[in-house]
Amino acid sequence: MYPFTYHQPDSARKAASVAGKAEDAKFLAGGMTLLPTMKQRLASPANLIDLAKCDDMRGIEIKGRSVTIGAMTRHVDVANSKELQEAIPALADLAGMIGDPAVRNRGTIGGSLANNDPAADYPAAALALGATIVTNKRKIEAEDYFTGLFETALEEGEVITKITFPIPAKAGYEKFRNPASRYAIVGVFVAKKGSEVRVAVTGAGSGGVFRATKIEAALTAKFSSKSLEGVKMPAEGLNSDIHADAEYRAHLITVMAKRATDKAK
Amino acid sequence: MPVVSMTVNGKAVSADVDSRTLLVQYLRENLRLTGTHVGCDTSQCGACVVHVNGDALKSCTALAVALEGADVVTIEGLAKDGKLHPMQEAFRENHGLQCGFCTPGMIMSAVDIVNRKGNKLEEKLIREELEGNICRCTGYHNIVKAIAAGAEGMAGQ
Repeated sequence: MYPFTYHQPDSARKAASVAGKAEDAKFLAGGMTLLPTMKQRLASPANLIDLAKCDDMRGIEIKGRSVTIGAMTRHVDVANSKELQEAIPALADLAGMIGDPAVRNRGTIGGSLANNDPAADYPAAALALGATIVTNKRKIEAEDYFTGLFETALEEGEVITKITFPIPAKAGYEKFRNPASRYAIVGVFVAKKGSEVRVAVTGAGSGGVFRATKIEAALTAKFSSKSLEGVKMPAEGLNSDIHADAEYRAHLITVMAKRATDKAK
Repeated sequence: MPVVSMTVNGKAVSADVDSRTLLVQYLRENLRLTGTHVGCDTSQCGACVVHVNGDALKSCTALAVALEGADVVTIEGLAKDGKLHPMQEAFRENHGLQCGFCTPGMIMSAVDIVNRKGNKLEEKLIREELEGNICRCTGYHNIVKAIAAGAEGMAGQ
């Protein structure tokens, strides 16, 4: 790892102010991706702004028909939140499937969304639930937020402070895990709200998370895994690698969508 | 260079370290507590698991400077008064290791599982909870047995 200057501000406002002054700065959330990346020298920021002491960026709040989660809330806290298990059980369930216990003790929802790994779990939830990503500068709809592999609408010096999820009528998440890393080879999040069904797929798309409109249409007609019998997803635009080729991933999308629909509550 | 102070295995420690020093380097190189191992160095294998403020974490993927003031327990902190911790004893009794390289991390994760899940552990739960710890020798059977026995042993603590 190359040397850097370490900063530890104690609020989101101060973190943004440090970022405004420091050159070549990166925010450090749980560090589950950034630190390994820095160790491999794939990233070498001159200034590292650790958000761990920003207590105003932590916590889960349920108000009316939406849930707001602070960006620095750890996966373990999302998974174990009794309130969230009531409000959006699929989201708590998803958090409990990330990595392993030690990783869930450090990794955060904001870090995951800022990194936008094409095989991460949270992007699927954000897109399917129609989340709003709140930053120090503005609010970004999930639809406009994910712009490609590891790419987001975030600008230089912009930091996610919290994420708001509308509470769906029903939602479910299922993934086919890479046996070593536990990342999704294919992960599918289904959400039903009123008559609208949204289905987001992670792990499969060569441009990152995307909505599976074919599956959405089938589930809008009737929200049941039976509606997905015979629905074939196209392999174009899907990843092929040593773990799974595009054809196989296309097949897995329908399978995971069925399981997620069966699990949905 | 910043001075980083922590409580490690109940003792106040401090060292002058570079910001980029990882917790595992701080423990091994500054404090000479070499029981915590570096296996993969990419937060997959779990040989470096320690407890920080009561949570299991991978010390190869945490900066020492970020953990100023933390309460850390390593494998060296488990045995008390020359007597092995019940989980260590269970690994010995059940032959839960072969080369032993992964064992410190296995035991620290195992103790964390018991802290969170209690003293009666089903095999399936142990295997699920252990997914962040890799062993290349044993095939896990005896590790899982050791953890179930160690969990019961910890009930008497």
